[in-house]
Amino acid sequence: MITTSNLSKKYSGNQVLNIEALEIPKGQSFGLVGNNGAGKTTYFSLLLDLIQPTTGHIESHGVQVNKSEDWKPFTSAFIDESFLIGYLTPEEYFYFIGELRGQNKADVDSLVSQFEDFFHGEILGQKKYLRDLSKGNQKKAGIVAALIGNPEVIILDEPFANLDPTTQIRLKNIIKELAEKQGITVLISSHDLMHVTDVCERIVVLEKGEVVKDLATSAATLKELEAHFAN
Amino acid sequence: MIKRFLSLEWKAFFRSASFGKSLGIKIFMGFLSLYFIAMFLGMGVLLFPGLKKVYPDQDPLLIVNSFLFFWIIADLVLRFFFQKLPVMSVKPLLTLPVKRSKVVNYVLGKSAVSFFNFLPLFAIIPFGITLITKDYPVTNVLVWMLALIIVVLIINFLNFIIESFSAEKELSFLPIILVAGGLYALNHFDIISFNNIIGSAFNAIYHSPFLIVVPLLILVVCYIINFKLLRQKLFLDSGLKTIIKEVNTSNLEWTKNFGDIAPFMQLDLKLIWRNKRTKSSVWMVAIGLLYGLFFYPQPIYQNLEWFFVFIGVFSTGIFLINFGQFIPAWDSGYYKLLMSQNIKYEQYLKSKFTLMAVSVLILFVLGIPYVFFGWKILLAHFAAAVYNIGVNTHVILLGGSFNRKKIDLSKKAAFNYQGTGAVQWLIGIPLLLLPMGLFAAFHFLIGFEIACLVLVILGVVGIVFHQKLMKTITQKYLDSKYKMIDAFNQNN
Repeated sequence: MITTSNLSKKYSGNQVLNIEALEIPKGQSFGLVGNNGAGKTTYFSLLLDLIQPTTGHIESHGVQVNKSEDWKPFTSAFIDESFLIGYLTPEEYFYFIGELRGQNKADVDSLVSQFEDFFHGEILGQKKYLRDLSKGNQKKAGIVAALIGNPEVIILDEPFANLDPTTQIRLKNIIKELAEKQGITVLISSHDLMHVTDVCERIVVLEKGEVVKDLATSAATLKELEAHFAN
Repeated sequence: MIKRFLSLEWKAFFRSASFGKSLGIKIFMGFLSLYFIAMFLGMGVLLFPGLKKVYPDQDPLLIVNSFLFFWIIADLVLRFFFQKLPVMSVKPLLTLPVKRSKVVNYVLGKSAVSFFNFLPLFAIIPFGITLITKDYPVTNVLVWMLALIIVVLIINFLNFIIESFSAEKELSFLPIILVAGGLYALNHFDIISFNNIIGSAFNAIYHSPFLIVVPLLILVVCYIINFKLLRQKLFLDSGLKTIIKEVNTSNLEWTKNFGDIAPFMQLDLKLIWRNKRTKSSVWMVAIGLLYGLFFYPQPIYQNLEWFFVFIGVFSTGIFLINFGQFIPAWDSGYYKLLMSQNIKYEQYLKSKFTLMAVSVLILFVLGIPYVFFGWKILLAHFAAAVYNIGVNTHVILLGGSFNRKKIDLSKKAAFNYQGTGAVQWLIGIPLLLLPMGLFAAFHFLIGFEIACLVLVILGVVGIVFHQKLMKTITQKYLDSKYKMIDAFNQNN
């Protein structure tokens, strides 16, 4: 359960996020949509305690994220390329994240091997540093690294952007499988309404930092979202 | 078009994220340039009367000409280290209707108005005027001055040619040092007397002004080579098509001996070995280690006992200083990841501490042969090493919590000042001056052995309170977490 209360973020008087209350139950697959500057990345950064809230707070599984660091063991995220360590190979990066999350090499290997399809033979065994991979391949490595160590809260910012169509479809399957597992809360943001309605049980629309729509996904959701953004 | 380029750069300068922050450095550079201008001006004015006084029966102009070779070599080496081709972000321009040749000409033209090219004028012009007032033929002197200015520009463009061939490599400064050193040696041992050749060339230009075509031609050739080199770089694929080397992953299992800091130790070792800039700090270790050889063989330093400590702190702490001053900026590229991961900050810092402490130990052991110059040196180095481990490691880690400057690891290594701020200057005071001052004071008041003992005691106290100190330091880092994330997120 992730509880947001009275959360706001201002940059020099400019309000970029203002969420009075938002509850995300444990195990939900949660989609955040909104135009550029709507506050999606700001919300995720607050959730990861990378920036300080101006007012209010977020509690994740009962832990107030800007007060205690106890949310870290069960949370993982991939926000952007700055979550990658450029001078490591993908394998080394996975092992490093694994070690931080208490997984040994065998654990990591067995998890990563499930994603061979997703990697499309372009990540593992390439003998290349992450900094030398293409943007899309970097993203694949980052997303998979966020799945290491049995996290209960997974945060992915724009996971579909920069990926080729095949990989997008595979990623959708991965996220769906995660959501089916009990107790894993997946939070993703996306500009792609189709993908996000496909994989998320619930979609929240942000506009200028405020929640303007909160929908349980149904057959009509995509149409409703398209109508909303068309205006 | 040139007007547009200039306005783009004007905006880039004033709107850069670090504009206010780097103002201090710019003011410092301003004073430095004023100092150099004054020096050159003084040289230009006083050169003629000075030479006349020392060598009354020789023509000062001929003497100056015979020394031009050394100036050329020195200028070339200095420029290699300090002058960079003006950078311009050309990517956005490539798809716009701007001729590539125009961009290249602009960049090269801009390099010609560099401070390095103006500086010699402050010496050349007053010297030339003095010559004219002393009844040297006006046209010949003017042509001679012009020839010198052309040479300045040749050096300017030659430097960029050399740089474009040796940049992007580790130890890129070795070739230029070797070539300059080689030329100097050939000249010094009279194998080929370059200063005579260059000297008589300038004498010839002075006597028959039409010979100015020769340097002019050389200049044109240099410009054309530069033009071609730069034009090639103006295609995106030359930037994209970097050769990707196959990676040798090394197994760093032995770090497991360090317990829970092992993952960070492995990361740090890879950080150091796989990035140009960090790798060059390893090479600096060699220089630091041999630093003592500049001083100890000379008899003057044999009795300057307080000076041993400076060498000791420096030569055992060179890695500590080089690597430590940019903690945690080395990790700025992925700082957000570290901050959102399940890590203990203390382990992260402890890994850095361990690396630095081990480096001090190794450097001390490697420096033991200095005992050849006297046992006092070894004792001073030992005291300095203990002080480095116990005090300086903590000081530099503490200083790191004030670091707010990002380091882009992919950038070149030598003489890269990215990430350098006031912290890096200020940290030198407790790091080097404090132990020296303490040592000197106790040495003066009581004696050499006691002074060494004081440093050792301070070091041991630091080691004893290591856990406590690390707690305080960790808290400092935690307190500035948001500021660091924000700062490392910004470009420039």
